[in-house]
Amino acid sequence: MSHGTLSIVLPSINLGTMRIPIDTFRLPNGLFVTLSEDRTAPIVAVNLWYHVGSANERPGRTGFAHLFEHMLFQGSADVGSNEHFELIQRAGGTLNGSTWLERTNYFETVPSNQLELVLWLEANRMGKLLPAMTQQKLDTQRDVVKNERRWSMDNQPYGTWWERLPALCFPPEHPFHHSLIGSMEDLDAASLEDVRLFFQTFYTPENAVLTITGDFDPEQTRRWVEGYFAAIPNGNGRPSVPDTAMPRVFGAWKREVVRDNVMLPRLFLSFLSPVFGSEPFYPASVCAAILGMKKGSRLYKSLVRERQVAAEAQAFTYDLTKGSDLLVIDVTGRPGVPGDQLEQEVAREVDVLCANGVTEDEVARAVTLIQTEYTRALQSAGERADRLSMFATYFGDPALINSQVRRYRSVTADAVNAFIADRLGENNRASLLYVPRTGALRTHRTGEFAGVRA
Amino acid sequence: MKKGATPRRARRGRPVPLPPRPYQFPRFERLRLKNGMQLVVAPVRKLPIATVIALVEAGAVCGYRGREGVAKLTAELLLEGTTEDDGAELVERFERLGTSVDASADWDGTIVTLTALHEQLAPAIQLLGEVLRSPAFPQREVERLKGERLADLLKLRTEPRGLADEMFTRILYESASRYALPEGGSEESVSAITREDVQRFYTWRYRPGGVTLIVAGDITSDEAERLALETFGDWTGAVAEQCRTSDKPARQTRALHLVSKPYAKQSELRIGNVGIPRNHPDYYAVVIMNAVLGGLFSSRINLNLREKHGYTYGAFSHMDWRRQAGPFVVSTAVQSEITGPAAREAIREIERIREDKITVDELSLATSYLGGVFPIRYETTDAIAGALATLVQYGLPDDFYDTYRDHMRAVTSDDVLRVAQTHLRPSAMQMLVVGDANAIQKPLEAVGFGPITVYDTEGHLV
Repeated sequence: MSHGTLSIVLPSINLGTMRIPIDTFRLPNGLFVTLSEDRTAPIVAVNLWYHVGSANERPGRTGFAHLFEHMLFQGSADVGSNEHFELIQRAGGTLNGSTWLERTNYFETVPSNQLELVLWLEANRMGKLLPAMTQQKLDTQRDVVKNERRWSMDNQPYGTWWERLPALCFPPEHPFHHSLIGSMEDLDAASLEDVRLFFQTFYTPENAVLTITGDFDPEQTRRWVEGYFAAIPNGNGRPSVPDTAMPRVFGAWKREVVRDNVMLPRLFLSFLSPVFGSEPFYPASVCAAILGMKKGSRLYKSLVRERQVAAEAQAFTYDLTKGSDLLVIDVTGRPGVPGDQLEQEVAREVDVLCANGVTEDEVARAVTLIQTEYTRALQSAGERADRLSMFATYFGDPALINSQVRRYRSVTADAVNAFIADRLGENNRASLLYVPRTGALRTHRTGEFAGVRA
Repeated sequence: MKKGATPRRARRGRPVPLPPRPYQFPRFERLRLKNGMQLVVAPVRKLPIATVIALVEAGAVCGYRGREGVAKLTAELLLEGTTEDDGAELVERFERLGTSVDASADWDGTIVTLTALHEQLAPAIQLLGEVLRSPAFPQREVERLKGERLADLLKLRTEPRGLADEMFTRILYESASRYALPEGGSEESVSAITREDVQRFYTWRYRPGGVTLIVAGDITSDEAERLALETFGDWTGAVAEQCRTSDKPARQTRALHLVSKPYAKQSELRIGNVGIPRNHPDYYAVVIMNAVLGGLFSSRINLNLREKHGYTYGAFSHMDWRRQAGPFVVSTAVQSEITGPAAREAIREIERIREDKITVDELSLATSYLGGVFPIRYETTDAIAGALATLVQYGLPDDFYDTYRDHMRAVTSDDVLRVAQTHLRPSAMQMLVVGDANAIQKPLEAVGFGPITVYDTEGHLV
């Protein structure tokens, strides 16, 4: 059986060093482009990040960045409504877009012979979106987004944590405070004039990065990129960045209790933590993994396995790059465990961590797991493209993708303990606790679905 | 950074695709060890990583009446302690290797899987062997995992999507069918499972003759065979026969089942009937039919309910493929106020695809989409190993993935009309709605789908 012949002839990821090849250039209009070849399969991923997210919304227009993302699938000067989806699917590709606090992304993975079509489509909506915008399209997408809000938050147990947690952790005037999906009132208020202004301010070549990964000819691809994107006029320079400054700690233990239509209590315990990509971010991220990554983590071992007060336990970082990041512990109680007990149990685990710190062994477990997850993710052209776009957007340097594992491996127990001492104390905690509306929990009933045994 | 070349005018008109570069599903080898265990190896050298799957003939369809859920519980308990290590030690040993194991039972098999870097693969497979061959099923962990399953079921009562999925299959199949209860069992059946049930189930189903080890990624066939022999070579046991269940529907006429969830802001809708088994000769035509009806973003149901009417964030149809006939179901969540009109539109689309042939454009969209995304689906070692597990699980031919795209391209619009008329049966369809009964019962009555029965979120008649 032979294998790997393609990777000998054509460029690919280096199997030994896992180094991802990177080539970058910038068009005169400011568009930053990253190319990363891997010819092992005939597929190519195209990924665009626009450096705009809910943090850029003006008061009274919460949810607009995301509503706007929907509008980008409603056609452009030479593309009909919903035709973007149809053309990509007809080409045998997958696609989507997503909105976050600090960015909005759009991405396609297609058979490699269809690359030019994708570049044409992305350039068409970057350059000529506005002629296709109509009131009717805006009204329909407004309804779709309202249903997305109902589906993902309002009609989902604990669903509102997505907007309650940032609202609790960031002060009201802070760009991260308000809801990403937006309020129904603000969605109602959004107008075609808002669409025009938002597009002209934020959807400019200078405020975007384009990444192409996978099976492509670099010379031909560069000619296509120049041909399709270079004529798009630059906007009025890069939009100003909102003020995101935050203190190092909350200053006190913030608390919010939400009585909701849920069966089990669930606690989100957050800490202000170093911003994504900074030197102190890596010990914080390792600390989150020690606390709540997989079943060997402290919270799982103690609260789920040994004490059996929790049904699920995890911890993660929000990965915000400005002002402050959040480290979040997310624990769901077992039936019969009241919310306040759950909070005490979690707090005790954090207190133990503060008192005794972590060991080199725990750091090793976390870093090894993170390394496997990273490698696993990089198998996919779309994932590689998204991460390259991320590093290009936030730090102007897509090559950072190749130094992440090394940065994690250099984290020491001392560095994690310094982070713990600095950030996990009582002066830097925020509890968002969901408890059943009825108060006391019922024990489970053994009653079967008698009524449907027809 | 290089400077960009001189810009030129963007071309008018749409680019035409270049000739496609050929793609082949990764080559793989099948071996059988002397003890009857199968080994499937797909060497894929892109990153220094590999996925291992142990596929066991121990699906949720196997088990004991009144103890439904034993297959899933047994799978999960494999990781909760062996004769050598307790659960916490096991987890730690895997995680020190930079990996973690998942074990779960679907309808037709138990899958125990891990992904590890090449350098950790040998010890990881050895540890997997310990897990499969000498689980201890400690009483304490049996009780804990039962408790976690019961907590999940309790949470489901307030989670409309999961509740709708679960309730729909309950009302769809006759009560003698294993498919009428969730894969993980009900509150009643899980509560009844004992450690002895788990031990008995393990002894019955976990035999090398019923196990296939699949390895995909940075490994050679020789290396995989050597590791398999070292770890499993001296394990013995006869082949376990496949389990079967009834896949008969509960009803032959239409009925509407309304699960009352007061003040719900959306209604979760499920409409469908019992479909066909995975190995049915109409498989390819049904996949195309489903893609046109509701399998893609650009499918009829989504374009109608979402893009034309703005009723929903998404509306889809799905055929659940199993060894026996799984459900065909249309799913969506719609704003409560328009539940009636949304249900009407969904039903209308089901009827419409049975009335006329799909257009040439629709057929080509479905075939070119399914053919094109094929290599995209198999980018990762997890996905390749999973595809090989599907091959083994349904006894598909070795060239299944090599001929898949040709089979899809051979489907005609006549085939699609025929399978829609045969396998979608509007006169026997069931509709289930989880929503605010006070607000939506009357509008649903006006749809005239069929007699309405109202339940509470635990499935009791109201």
